[in-house]
Amino acid sequence: MKFDTPATTNPIDQLKVVGKPTDRIDGPLKTTGKATYAYEWHDVAPNVAYGWVIGSGIAKGRIASMDLEAARKAPGVVAIVTAENAGSLDKGKRNTATLLGGPEIEHYQQAVALVVAETFEQARTAAGLVRIDYTPADGAYDLAAAKDKAEKTKDGDSVVGDFAGAFAAAPVKLDETYTTPDESHAMMEPHATIAAWEGDRLTVWTSNQMIDWMVTDLSATLKMPKDKVRVISPFIGGGFGGKLFLRADALLAALGAREAGRPVKVGLSRPLMMNNTTHRPATIQRVRIGATPDGTITAIAHEGWSGNLPGGSEETATDQTRLLYAGANRLIGNRIATLDLPEGNAMRAPGEASGMMALEVAMDEMAEKLGMDPVEFRIRNDTQTDPADPNRPFSQRQLVQCLRLGAERFGWAKRNPQPGQVRDGRWLVGLGVASAFRNNLLTKSAARVRLDQRGIVTVETDMTDIGTGSYTIIAQTAAEMMGVGLDKVAVRLGDSSFPVSAGSGGQWGANNATAGVYAACVKLREAVAQKLGVNSADARFEDGQVIAGNRKVPLAEAAGADGLSAEDGIEYGDLDKKYQQSTFGAHYVEAAVDAATGEIRVRRMLAVCAAGRILNPKSARSQVIGAMTMGVGAALMEELALDKRTGFFVNHDLAGYEVPVHADIPHQEVIFLDETDPISSPMKAKGVGELGLCGVGAAVANAVHNATGLRVREYPITLDKFLDRLPAMG
Amino acid sequence: MRPFTYERADSPAAAAAAVERRPGAKFIAGGTNLLDLMKLEIETPAHLIDVNGLKLDTVEATPDGGLRIGALVRNTALAADQRVRRDYGVLSRALLAGASGQLRNKATTAGNLLQRTRCPYFYDTNQPCNKRQPGSGCAAIGGYSRPLAVVGSSDACIATHPSDMAVAMRALDATVETVRADGTTRKIPIAEFHRLPGDTPHIETALVPGELITAVTLPKPVGGTHVYRKVRDRASYAFALVSVAAVVQRDGSGRVAVGGVAHKPWRVEAAEGEMPRGAKAVTSGLLADAKPTHDNAFKLTLVERTLASVLAEAKG
Repeated sequence: MKFDTPATTNPIDQLKVVGKPTDRIDGPLKTTGKATYAYEWHDVAPNVAYGWVIGSGIAKGRIASMDLEAARKAPGVVAIVTAENAGSLDKGKRNTATLLGGPEIEHYQQAVALVVAETFEQARTAAGLVRIDYTPADGAYDLAAAKDKAEKTKDGDSVVGDFAGAFAAAPVKLDETYTTPDESHAMMEPHATIAAWEGDRLTVWTSNQMIDWMVTDLSATLKMPKDKVRVISPFIGGGFGGKLFLRADALLAALGAREAGRPVKVGLSRPLMMNNTTHRPATIQRVRIGATPDGTITAIAHEGWSGNLPGGSEETATDQTRLLYAGANRLIGNRIATLDLPEGNAMRAPGEASGMMALEVAMDEMAEKLGMDPVEFRIRNDTQTDPADPNRPFSQRQLVQCLRLGAERFGWAKRNPQPGQVRDGRWLVGLGVASAFRNNLLTKSAARVRLDQRGIVTVETDMTDIGTGSYTIIAQTAAEMMGVGLDKVAVRLGDSSFPVSAGSGGQWGANNATAGVYAACVKLREAVAQKLGVNSADARFEDGQVIAGNRKVPLAEAAGADGLSAEDGIEYGDLDKKYQQSTFGAHYVEAAVDAATGEIRVRRMLAVCAAGRILNPKSARSQVIGAMTMGVGAALMEELALDKRTGFFVNHDLAGYEVPVHADIPHQEVIFLDETDPISSPMKAKGVGELGLCGVGAAVANAVHNATGLRVREYPITLDKFLDRLPAMG
Repeated sequence: MRPFTYERADSPAAAAAAVERRPGAKFIAGGTNLLDLMKLEIETPAHLIDVNGLKLDTVEATPDGGLRIGALVRNTALAADQRVRRDYGVLSRALLAGASGQLRNKATTAGNLLQRTRCPYFYDTNQPCNKRQPGSGCAAIGGYSRPLAVVGSSDACIATHPSDMAVAMRALDATVETVRADGTTRKIPIAEFHRLPGDTPHIETALVPGELITAVTLPKPVGGTHVYRKVRDRASYAFALVSVAAVVQRDGSGRVAVGGVAHKPWRVEAAEGEMPRGAKAVTSGLLADAKPTHDNAFKLTLVERTLASVLAEAKG
């Protein structure tokens, strides 16, 4: 189905099932431990051997020698895979460093060997016996040091008007630099894969967000036809972008299984998660804003620097600034430097998550300079069109409504605009606000829908559920379209033998994957109508029946003994060119700072989101509160601590890399505006999973400023960065 | 993890003898730290002697009015003990500030004292670490040192001791009771139990090989207001940036021990005379010989400010 004109009324608008806060249909499987995760396919891959990945002990250089003798002789060892015996490998187009390194080493903990043994313990013990000598080489690890050598990215700068002139002439201006650190996805389930060969066919049971990318890059790396590789990943214990790609677990499991001649399972240890896989790269961001005294922005510039391995992409931290606020003169662009760190890549809301942490603090600082309320300053500079192209409107943009409703519900009027004035016992208390913004990305997505003689509708698509609720919203979509209850819908996901979907990433999964199911259901409805000899436009699908004129036929009967099946997908025209499609929100945070120690504790959080139709308010809320939690982590504690001498992320476990715990997360509230966006898809929906993160960190930072009067422009905002500026102890 | 053999001991002296007999043998109690370290091959014992069955799991009153805490009393049980809560509040609070409920259910009194450092370089066997591999060097010096020691450190090691419980016990003048393979016992004042790193950072306590902790005794209660304040980046389940254990009397005198700053719980009795004069005076004595790194110099300010807050809280 081609979607190239805005949606009109369709069966989804009935909202009998869609839009309801339905419990997860996969919840019972998960809470009873019956959902099979990547490392748990004991029945389908019998006689499995265990692989343990050895990561490089240096970040750059060469392996001088590798002594495998002792490991080979260790009890239970079945095989050892290194670059020497792995055969000729290519590299997937979405991988920057090779996934099996050696002799060249590109980053710390790059995989250099897999030891396969009868048991997990034997594999790990034998791996400890492998001796590797390295010839280290000098590497570049420090973004600040490499910044001056950074280059503009291929997209170039977005330039509108004369920024330099307008900024110089602006009566009120701000020029500040902010930094965000490297961050780790730190999802609960590590990367893990079981691989099994049958002749020249490979099956991998894995944990991956993008099944088709995985099939494509795994087959490319192994130099084998794509149709000989099957990827199965129905349950995923979190991804946050860390599982968008083929990673070392899957490649090495496949190589290990080939070498061992039997299935092999590989899970990455937590230390390898930090240094072997991808991470959100650090940024340096310079923001300049010029305005007239009434708060009208006349000039805005946002430049961002990040680093990556040669050939890697930049963190697009400045991109939202092209679209978020008005201003006639603009200069926006990203720069990239070469760093020999583990690969930087997407982590939840890549670009905006980091970029909003800078831009939205700059807006707060600017409001203060102007003597304006920061909510009003944002509203003053709202725009309903792309600031670079007045003929390109936003499909929907309710930023102002989000800000206003949030201010009302949060009690913003009680905020003392004078910072450092509110005291509650030993705590300094402040309120902060930030806009939320994340683009709505459209990408094609297909599904197959079957109707059987019991009246059961089965949906098959390679879409994934990374904890987001994909199973449930897909079931709701199919139930709505086919006029059945959720108990009559079965959803099967995460298998490359199913039609290719949008996958999970960039908050595009919900809208695109359900739109693909919608398209397949439209086709199935046509097939049902055709079989009954009625015009599909005249047929209503209600209560498990097809109603056309005076006829009422149960779906089960219409399906007949052979059942009916349809496959289709959604494809998009140029509506995202004619219209700018984005999601909007407002984050409000109350934070308290211990006046003695500088410890920061968040007290209250509110997010107001405008993101098209909310397909399931319950799972959408879960997405947003999870994102808000991640935003607290980014603001206050998350940082891959880098040893700049050796290119090593030092705090490589969950004791050292701190993410928020329950005690850090207070009362959270989420409000969704009642919105539909017919330009987005037939579902009129968008995504919220990343919107919920964008701006949170800045809202926390702004609350800390309101509490203390202090600005910290280097995330995370830890007490060591401002302790000496707190008021003297009495 | 290296393969290891395992036995259960049936008496403290037998356990000590079993470890002494087998080079590379170790005791295991709660295992909350040791098992992690074994998986990472930071600890590679060839033999484990399980001491969980030794019945050293009671808290009893001593004749002089104190408490004798069995080595195997779990952190949860100790924190909840009515006598501890009433008379040694700083200990109960320190225990509850540590780890998580699940870990405290397993972790023992003796094991807590013997926790190894959380210096991140100790946890990666590719990195030089004099504590893990004597003579290999210290990657933390000149590296990422924010969480590490500011006082009592050496050119060989800047690790900190991670325990909260031990800091409170230092303030309470606890005594560690042990038994050796030959059955002899001794009492080690907690001040002498943990060592500074010097040039042998791999030797962390006064225990000799095979020596088993059987109990920790607390002298009779000293009264006063008991405060334990743990400062950390997140609200729970994090090691201290600094922590302060204080017992403050009505006249402003008292005791202070500090965690998160040194290779052992840090207390300088001479500095405590300044307590009535306030945190600044105490801290300047407490941290007089501090040699912080660029990354962790903030801890000097943090100790002073935390102590000031603790003293204010104690005053009420």
